[in-house]
Amino acid sequence: MFYNFGRYILLLKSVFRKPEKWKIYWKQIISQMNYIGVGSLGLIAIISTFIGAVMTLQIAFQLVSDFIPKTIIGSVNRDSTILELSPTISAIVLAGKIGSSISSEIGTMRVSEQIDALEIMGINAPGYLILPKIISGVTMVPLLVIFAMFLSITGGYLGGTISGAVTPAEYMQGITTDFNPYTINVALVKAVVFGFLITSVSAYHGFYVKGGALEVAQASTKAVVINCISILAADYVITQLML
Amino acid sequence: MIEIKDIYKSFDDHEVLKGISGKFEAGITNLIIGGSGSGKTTLLKCMVGLHAPTHGTVLYDGRDFTRMNFEQRIDIRKEIGMLFQGSALFDSMTVEENVMFPLNMFTEQKHKEKLDRVNFCLERVNLEGKNKLYPAELSGGMKKRVGIARAIAMNPKYLFCDEPNSGLDPKTSIVIDELIKEITEEYNTTTIVVTHDMNSVMGIGDYIIFLHEGKKYWEGSNKEIAHTDNKELNDFVFASRFMKAAKEKF
Repeated sequence: MFYNFGRYILLLKSVFRKPEKWKIYWKQIISQMNYIGVGSLGLIAIISTFIGAVMTLQIAFQLVSDFIPKTIIGSVNRDSTILELSPTISAIVLAGKIGSSISSEIGTMRVSEQIDALEIMGINAPGYLILPKIISGVTMVPLLVIFAMFLSITGGYLGGTISGAVTPAEYMQGITTDFNPYTINVALVKAVVFGFLITSVSAYHGFYVKGGALEVAQASTKAVVINCISILAADYVITQLML
Repeated sequence: MIEIKDIYKSFDDHEVLKGISGKFEAGITNLIIGGSGSGKTTLLKCMVGLHAPTHGTVLYDGRDFTRMNFEQRIDIRKEIGMLFQGSALFDSMTVEENVMFPLNMFTEQKHKEKLDRVNFCLERVNLEGKNKLYPAELSGGMKKRVGIARAIAMNPKYLFCDEPNSGLDPKTSIVIDELIKEITEEYNTTTIVVTHDMNSVMGIGDYIIFLHEGKKYWEGSNKEIAHTDNKELNDFVFASRFMKAAKEKF
């Protein structure tokens, strides 16, 4: 474990070396932003909307009391969505989608000697391959999380009103009452850290693959598992530090 | 000229290279030959810096490559072209983008100049007009030729070829060998080819190092190789029925 952590830190040191040519890196960054951001919109939209709807129904089911106003459904849904569900669930879904893709892409480049070719040309392979992915991760994951928050709260509205668990007015009152904007800051800090972890941890597992197709697949699976664990650990640490 | 002095390389407790030395001159085709597992690819990787030798020195025209850090090595790496066993073309790029890649990274040329250079290199390997194809659309021989075109795009002083004929039919192998030899003589490059292909040995081996179990057992030219009394080399050279028959006949 310490060996891998040390090697991960050394890889990051190489990643953040000065790029050979920013123009080339910039093209890579745009392409990765498109892949990570635009390419994940559909998946994030479906998952967030349904989670929001289900959350509303579950909160309504659990808070059956004449002493609790129904507006609380909107408030609880809003805070759970912003603080936990949108950043964490989105990150875990993205770890599966993007993390496995990054790991297998870089792993395949390793076993087919494409990374060796870059190094022999005098190109800093970790920087060229991983830096654009990290930059795209830390910028696009927060945007996806904001998108997920909006859709999840909207999904809660739709789920609540269609099922009759809460009226539109009660739900709207709930999500606008006692709103603390600081929760958005916490969610965005989480999103930036998760974006960094997803891209860098996956790239690390791909970069040091040895062998062939089987090892690339194993590295990809390992990357997703380690990503999920590190996301949950980071989630706990950030929550503890910021709330 | 590239000179290697007393190169050792171990992986954990397994010693793969055991004190190999040699001088590879410019303008001739230098071959490193040997059976599978003899250490030839490891030696090549030590020479280009993909592996760090456990002991020994690699000198590029007197410049000690083994003692340099990453930044210092970049200047020498810009003078190196390498053809990989599996071609190592970038899958997501077209033939044109592959060949243009080092030019994009290291030159400030205008697009037209770079395109002219790419077309020249592709013409040199008889692949004119294939610019827009992707590696997946090419045959094994074409991939090797694109690999050569990419390797010569920056006018390298040093050209390394790792098993350039592996997976190719005999006719295509000869085309690739001749191309390597022509480029070497035309541009006076220091060319080092790792191979176990006897056609290449007999066809283009101006200077040959024979490795066996990580040690240098023999050195000489392709004219001398058939007349040596070195047992290990004879076992390697005349392992095939064809070579045995040829030896008996002549």
